[in-house]
Parts: sequence; C-alpha cells; structure tokens
Amino acid sequence: MARIRIAAPDTAEPGEIIELKALIQHPMESGFRRGSRGEVIPRDIITTFECLYDGEVVFEAEFFPAVSANPFLTFHTKATQTGTLEFRWTHQDGEIWSQTHALTVG
Amino acid sequence: MTAIIKPDSINRRTLLSAGAGAILVSAIPGRAAAASEDMLAAQRELFGDRQIREGRVALKLPPIAENGFSVPLTVDVESPMTDADHVTRIAVFSPRNPLPDVARFTLGPRAGRAGVSTRIRLGGTQAILAIAEMNDGTLWSGSAETVVTLAACVVL
Repeated sequence: MARIRIAAPDTAEPGEIIELKALIQHPMESGFRRGSRGEVIPRDIITTFECLYDGEVVFEAEFFPAVSANPFLTFHTKATQTGTLEFRWTHQDGEIWSQTHALTVG
Repeated sequence: MTAIIKPDSINRRTLLSAGAGAILVSAIPGRAAAASEDMLAAQRELFGDRQIREGRVALKLPPIAENGFSVPLTVDVESPMTDADHVTRIAVFSPRNPLPDVARFTLGPRAGRAGVSTRIRLGGTQAILAIAEMNDGTLWSGSAETVVTLAACVVL
C-alpha cells in the first residue's frame, strides 16, 4: 500500500490560485540499476498523475524513470467552486491509488 | 550459451576491475554529445520540427547537487493562463540520463499558474532543458545546469 500525502488549502476565495502538493510513497525503480549479482532490477514506476477538480482533469503529469523515488509534485489550480479535489496516481501495470480533498470556496 | 559465474569466483580483483571499468565508461568524452542526439530525437518526436524559441520558461535547479538521486526542479512559464492564452504542455529533457525524457506536464487555463515542481534523478553534470507549448502552438524553452557530485545510475 502506497502512502499518500497531500498539502492543499481547505478554503479559498473564488478565483484564487491555490498551490497543491502531492507525494506518494513509491520506490520508482528506474530499470537501470543492477542488483548485487549483476542482474537488472526490473522497472517499477508510477507513470501518470492526475488532479481532478470535481471530476475534471486540471493538471496531469507523466513520469519517466528520471523522476525520484517517492514522487513529489507542486502545482496550481484556480479555485472556482466548492468541490472535491482528487489526486490519482497510475502505476505502469495499471494499479491506481487515489486520495480526495474537500475544498470550500467562498 | 551464457557464461556461468559462480558466486565464489567473484573476488576482490574482479570487483575492483569492474569498478574501474565503470568509472572509465562514465569518463569517456563525447558520451554526453551522443546522448544529446537522443534528446533532440525525443524533442522532435514530441514537437516535430517546429521552431523552439528561448525564453518565457524559467527552469530552476540547484547549481550543485550532492545527490543525483533527488534533485529539486521547478519550471515556471510566463503566461497569463487565460482561456485565450495559456500553456498546454511542459516537457523536461535530459542530455545525459539513460533516457532523454524526464517528465511531462499537461495543464490549461484551470491551472491558474504555469508553475510545477518535482524531484528528479540526474546521471551526471548536465544542463536540463524544459520546453513549454502554448495553446497557439508556439514553443518556448529554458534550461539550467547542475553539477552533480554523486550521480544516480553510476553508483549502485
């Protein structure tokens, strides 16, 4: 189970640009490292991150092996209405982890 | 037929020579230039042959990174982020990592501000490049160089 940490404001003024921070615990194994016996450690990374504001994608990130372990993102969105922010990570094999955050605007 | 190496045959000498070989490989000049071609190919794949102008993109990296496994990166693009004028995509490239692609971000007017931060791995001292695509199709770029003391990938 991947642990998720979100830093987002609980309230915002209408039209305010808010900063969102999202971190997920994951090794992001690049596929370029070798183990003690010289064998290649297979790639195991999260490839996509999405932030949905009431179901609409407002920010998306695509990760490659060059993204560090425990991928961390800071980005922004404009507070338009009271609603739910969903932070969603998708693994290369299709597994999805997500967490929601309630935002009150007004 | 693959060679079978018994674990007990890996002694200090073979390990040392393997280590020296790894250092030599990383020190071969021109390797960075070859990787840059990979980077240009990756850029072309994403943006075609469109003109990329320098400016509007501010890429922030520490001047010296002691640990290449986790280097903070910030990209800020000068844009009002309105429906009429906004950034649609930001792509980050490396000339020296095993893969030229680092990360890509998709955003729009709902982002409010075109500013993104993350942490990346660097396989050596290099100048990281960020290209931003605007909604009118124009491309802008910015870069920053970091001296990496301990590179990711080289050290196991």
